[in-house]
Amino acid sequence: MDRPMNADTDSQNVGSRFLSPAGQVLQRLPAFAQDPAALAPLYRAMVLTRAFDTRAMALQRTGKLGTFASSLGQEAIGVGVASAMLFNDVLLPYYRDHGAQLLRGVTMVEILLYWGGDERGNDFSAARRDFPLCVPIASQVCHALGVAYAMKLRRERRVAVCLLGDGATSKGDFYESMNMAGAWRVPLLLLINNNQWAISAPRSAQSAARTLAQKALAAGFEGIQVDGNDVIAVRAAVQNALDTLRGGGGPALIEAMTYRLGDHTTADDATRYRAAEEVSRQWQFEPIARLRNYLVNTGAWGKERDEHLQRECAEQIDRAVDAYLATPPPAPAAMFDHLYAALPAALAPQRDSALRFASPEDKRDG
Amino acid sequence: MAELNLVEAVNAALAYELAHDACVVLLGEDIGVNGGVFRATLGLQARFGAERVLDTPLAETAIAGAAIGMAAEGLKPVAEIQFTGFIYPALDQIVNHASRLRHRTRGRLTCPMVLRSPYGAGIHAPEHHSESPEALFAHVPGLRMVIPSSPSRAYGLLLAAIRDPDPVIFFEPTRLYRLFRQEVDDNGAALPLDACFVVREGGDMTFVSWGAMLRETLDAADILAGEGVTADVIDVATLKPLDMATILESVAKTGRCVIVHEAARSGGFGAEIAAGLVEHGLSSLLAPVQRVTGYDVVVPLARLEYQYLPSVERILAAARAALEFK
Ligand SMILES: Cc1ncc(C[n+]2csc(CCOP(=O)(O)OP(=O)(O)O)c2C)c(N)n1
Ligand SMILES: [Mg+2]
Repeated sequence: MDRPMNADTDSQNVGSRFLSPAGQVLQRLPAFAQDPAALAPLYRAMVLTRAFDTRAMALQRTGKLGTFASSLGQEAIGVGVASAMLFNDVLLPYYRDHGAQLLRGVTMVEILLYWGGDERGNDFSAARRDFPLCVPIASQVCHALGVAYAMKLRRERRVAVCLLGDGATSKGDFYESMNMAGAWRVPLLLLINNNQWAISAPRSAQSAARTLAQKALAAGFEGIQVDGNDVIAVRAAVQNALDTLRGGGGPALIEAMTYRLGDHTTADDATRYRAAEEVSRQWQFEPIARLRNYLVNTGAWGKERDEHLQRECAEQIDRAVDAYLATPPPAPAAMFDHLYAALPAALAPQRDSALRFASPEDKRDG
Repeated sequence: MAELNLVEAVNAALAYELAHDACVVLLGEDIGVNGGVFRATLGLQARFGAERVLDTPLAETAIAGAAIGMAAEGLKPVAEIQFTGFIYPALDQIVNHASRLRHRTRGRLTCPMVLRSPYGAGIHAPEHHSESPEALFAHVPGLRMVIPSSPSRAYGLLLAAIRDPDPVIFFEPTRLYRLFRQEVDDNGAALPLDACFVVREGGDMTFVSWGAMLRETLDAADILAGEGVTADVIDVATLKPLDMATILESVAKTGRCVIVHEAARSGGFGAEIAAGLVEHGLSSLLAPVQRVTGYDVVVPLARLEYQYLPSVERILAAARAALEFK
């Protein structure tokens, strides 16, 4: 078997795109993007996502956070998606979606708590209907189907938005749910983050399908590709899809073409399975520089504002990290107290035992 | 002889069998170029080729199901499920097909496959990466459920599992993958399946455990030995089919038994062993059988992980309760 290679995310087929990698306008911009100044919040959200990612990686490296999955290079997806959603829609994210989660109102402290091994991080103070991020690949697609059905049954104008990776499209959960979503015509958007890799499996080895978007055709609805490194393209496609869904025409699928510039997670070493040249070549297409180039060209953005934004993000992250690090571990009783609506009597002796044997310090910690 | 850790011993066993049996193929996610996320298959694709060491797309149902087809057709597939948390999509294939293909066809088609998977808590892994679902598989007629507790055990048991004519679920304790090294003779010698191993002998009580929890169990036995109490320590190794005879023989001698496992308590495999003791060894029991287990809770994320895992203190408390019972 040949060692498969990945195409550039810049090769012809990246789907719809408004900005070139250098930030040139390629076609008439959608209404929300007409005023460059109105794009500043999207730019800010992407910069914040990357700064948060960088800090989370540093925390992991110094033993202050568990395994972490960076979204480096894929910031336009989370920001493009979440910025087009309404507050009472439901997001069903996977582990690479803190960019979207931040815009949905999930706090940095919550995200850090979760990745630091504390379930309280999933008890979102805002975004109360959003699902916690999903680790078992593609299983969230089934939940999204059910969420969307509930919305349809109640004749609401809400939508469910489910994020998944390119690898996830190989699983039965994805095919089964997509098929049922088509049959039921539910207000569900499936958004594939095609970052070209599923740990060490390149897109070309994942499926012989020419595109992942075309998988929707077999389920009876349309799938489109967009340039996932162009936040304007992602947001426009999502907004368009959500408008259709709210009008009763669902489901929809968008394959956002991007590239995983970092390791799979902090537990991974991508140099084992992909060439450094592939990664460095992909840096020229990344989403943040692209939008910045455009904003700078239009005069809506400049060096000073950028420095100010970086400082502002760093301060916001500093405060979150301080609060995270100052959070004491959950009480051992928490293992029991959220398992059922009320603790069954049969479990009380075990809970007592857990409290009796609770060790204040984690003695076996390395 | 080489000093190997557990993950290297797994690698050595796979390499030995790939080299000596052309029917053996490996399949799984990230096992080829990447060598597996724990490096259990490191270098094997380079050495034996991509046709025998297959990187699959992300699809556990198909991995397990394809292994069944390969096995029926005369190959000896060793499939890897990246973590036991992701084994559930494969359950349909394992329970409805792998375990009963021989039976359904009266031996015309068989299923000599191995499903390897890292399991267990204690490495501060993300959500769904720390469970111990061995009892689920031990419940299924027609399967073997095997768990090694050391590098040499991993080597010999994995070879036996691959050579076995029936399906074997083989769980590898992630906590032990790199914890310690041991002399392992890479001579292709398999250990017996369907047998418990007595890893230490004593007269006052019996400890029964498997996998990573054998470490804490041995630590507790050491502390008791310092107090003049000696214990048999039994490594179950093959949970299904269970070698109850070895356990009964020990308890006939000691009269007191503590079972230790990290899986949740209710329906855990310790209950099966305790029932066996009551059914066949009641007259030799001098004290109620004690179980030290994970609680009946979702395995917590990292910050409470070690509040969940049975500790030496909990094992000692159970041992003392058994010893003091009159
Ligand atoms: C069902 C299941 N199988 C295996 C894994 C282990 N695993 C975690 S991430 C991953 C690759 C996922 O790739 P993709 O869907 O492309 O998402 P990406 O990580 O690239 O964003 C694998 C195999 C898992 N989490 N769930
Ligand atoms: Mg991917």
